[in-house]
Amino acid sequence: MNSSVITDSETLALREFHPFKTDGVTYLYMVPSAGIFRMDGPSDAILEALGKGPKVKTELINELSGQFNIDLLLETIDELIEIRAIGDIDAPKDLVPNDLPPVGFPLTTMVLNVTNKCNLACTYCYEYGEDKIVDTKYGNQPKFMAEETAKESVEFLLEESRGQDVAHITFFGGETLLNFPVLQDTVAYARRRAAEEGKRIEFSLTTNATLLRPEIIEWLADNQIGVTISIDGPKEVQDGLRVFHNGKGSYDVVEPKIKELLKRHKTRPIGARVTLTQKNMDVLKIFRHLTEEMGFWEVGLAPVTTQDQRDYAITSEGKDDMLEQFGVLAQEWLECALNDEHHGFSNVKDTLEEIHKGVSKAYGCGAGLGLMGVATDGDVSLCHRFAGSPEHTIGSVTDGIDRDKQGKFLVDHHIASKTDCHTCWARPICSGGCYHEAHVQYGTSSHPNLHYCTWVRSWTHTCLEIYGALAEKNPKFLNRFDA
Amino acid sequence: MKHIKAVNQKAARIEAWVAYEAEQTQPAELDVVGLESRPPHEQNGPHFPLGCSLVFSPGWEADSAGGTAGLCQPVERDIFDCHLSCFWPAHVPDQLNHSPDWTSTCASAQKDWRKLDLIFP
Repeated sequence: MNSSVITDSETLALREFHPFKTDGVTYLYMVPSAGIFRMDGPSDAILEALGKGPKVKTELINELSGQFNIDLLLETIDELIEIRAIGDIDAPKDLVPNDLPPVGFPLTTMVLNVTNKCNLACTYCYEYGEDKIVDTKYGNQPKFMAEETAKESVEFLLEESRGQDVAHITFFGGETLLNFPVLQDTVAYARRRAAEEGKRIEFSLTTNATLLRPEIIEWLADNQIGVTISIDGPKEVQDGLRVFHNGKGSYDVVEPKIKELLKRHKTRPIGARVTLTQKNMDVLKIFRHLTEEMGFWEVGLAPVTTQDQRDYAITSEGKDDMLEQFGVLAQEWLECALNDEHHGFSNVKDTLEEIHKGVSKAYGCGAGLGLMGVATDGDVSLCHRFAGSPEHTIGSVTDGIDRDKQGKFLVDHHIASKTDCHTCWARPICSGGCYHEAHVQYGTSSHPNLHYCTWVRSWTHTCLEIYGALAEKNPKFLNRFDA
Repeated sequence: MKHIKAVNQKAARIEAWVAYEAEQTQPAELDVVGLESRPPHEQNGPHFPLGCSLVFSPGWEADSAGGTAGLCQPVERDIFDCHLSCFWPAHVPDQLNHSPDWTSTCASAQKDWRKLDLIFP
C-alpha cells in the first residue's frame, strides 16, 4: 500500500513514535495510534540509520546491504512504512483528530455525593481545604442528599446508560457513611429498578473508615459493595494530615475497623487509596504497611492536588523521588507477574491495561461523558470533584443534561484543542490529564497539566518497559487485560 | 507482516487494517468514493469528500436553507473543512509540499486562527 508511493529516489525519514527497549529488544510505541510493534535486526538497523537523518531509499539500502540481504531490507522498509514508523520526508504530519463522541454516548458511571459533610478535616482535602472550589460550609448545597434525590439519580442513570447492560454507582462524600440510611435505600431501590429495566447496577463507595460498624460491614459484604478506603499509611503518616476536627489523628480509630472489614468482606476486592504529599513521601513504607500489615489486596497512590505554594505540595525533587519509588514497586510488580503472582500496586495494573488495549484518548478521563458526578441537590457536574460548582454543572438529575453546555465542554477539553500536547509522545495515554488538577493549578479545567509532563512520560516509559518484558516472557499473563 | 511483530491489541488491529488495504488495491475498486452507496464499513478505507459541488455541503455558495443569509461566518471557522478537502476561496500556503506545518499552531481554527501567519520564503 503506502510503499507503492515511495519510489527508490525518494527520501525516507522517521515518523512519530516512542522507542523503548526491554532485554535488548526494541519496541515502538506508535503515536498517536498507541500500537506497539516489536523490532528485529534489520528494522533496528533501519531505524538507527534514519535516526541520524533522512536518507534516500537507495542510499539507505546501500548502507545496510553489507549487514542484511537486500530483499529482507526492502520488505522491512515496506513494513515500517505500513505501520508509519518511517515515511516520505515531505509527507505532512498526521493531524490530531478532532472528532467528537457521537450524540447519545451512554453514561456508565455515576458518582453520588451523598453528603458534603465530613467528620475528618484532612489538611490537603480538595473539598474543604485551601483549594476548595465550592463553599461546602456556608454554601447553598444541602449537607446531605435526600432519599428522593438519590432515587431521581438512579432513574437518571437508568435513562442515560441507554444500551448498556451494566451501569455503576459510586457513593462519595464528604464522608459517605455519614449518610448510611440513604445508601441502604438507594442500593435497594436501584437493584429493583435495574431488574425491571433488564440491567445490572454495580456499587462501590469510598470512605475514610472511621464510621465502619459491624452492621455496616455486614451490609457492604452482603450487597457486594466495592470499597475503597482513603488512608495514607502507618500511624505517623496517617496522623500527620488525616485528622479529626480537633486535630487528633485518625489511625487508631480506623485500624481495627479496617482489619474487621478486610476479614469479613470478601465479595469484592478492597483497595486503599493513598494521597501522597511532600510530608508523606515514603511510598515503599506506606505500600508495605498497607498490604503486608493491614492486608489490603490493592493499593493505589496519587499525588495530592493542590497549588504549588502549599507546604504539603510536592516539589519537583519530590516528584523525582516519588517516581523512583514507583519504579521500585513497578519492578516488584513485574517479578510477580512473570511468576503469575499477585502484587497489589494498582497504579501499574491500570496503566498496563491501557497499554495492552492500545487506547488513544481524546480526553484525559471520562468526566462529563461516560462518568458524571451528582451533588447533594441533584445537580450533575463533570465529576465528583466538581460537584456543586456552578461553573462545572452540566445539568441536573431531574431536568437532564444541558447538551449545549456538555457539547461546549467536549470541544474545549478535546486533545485537539490542547496544542501543547500535540508534540508529546505520551498523549495517547495522558491526553492532558485530570480536569480538576488543571483547575486547581491553572484556574481552568481545559488546561493541560504541564507540571506533570515529565512525570507522566517517565512513568509511561517505565510501564511500557514492563509491558515489553511481559509480552516477551509471560504473554499469557496479559490475557487478563483482554476484553 | 513477516519481520515486525504486532504486540498489543491495537497493533494487531493496525496489522489487520494494513492487510485489508493491501487486498483492496485493484484498480477497478478505485472509483469515485463520494458517489458510492455502500455502507461505510464496506468502503475502501477512509472517506474523502469530493467537495461542495458534488455532495453540496452548504458553505460558500448557499446556506443550509438554500439561501445566502447564513454563509460561512466567520470564514476562518471553515478553513480546515474547506482548504484541505474542498474549495477555499483564497490562496493558502502549499501544505502538501512546502509548508506542511503551516497550521500546526492552530489546533482549533475558531480559537487560534490568528496564529495562521504569512509564509516568508
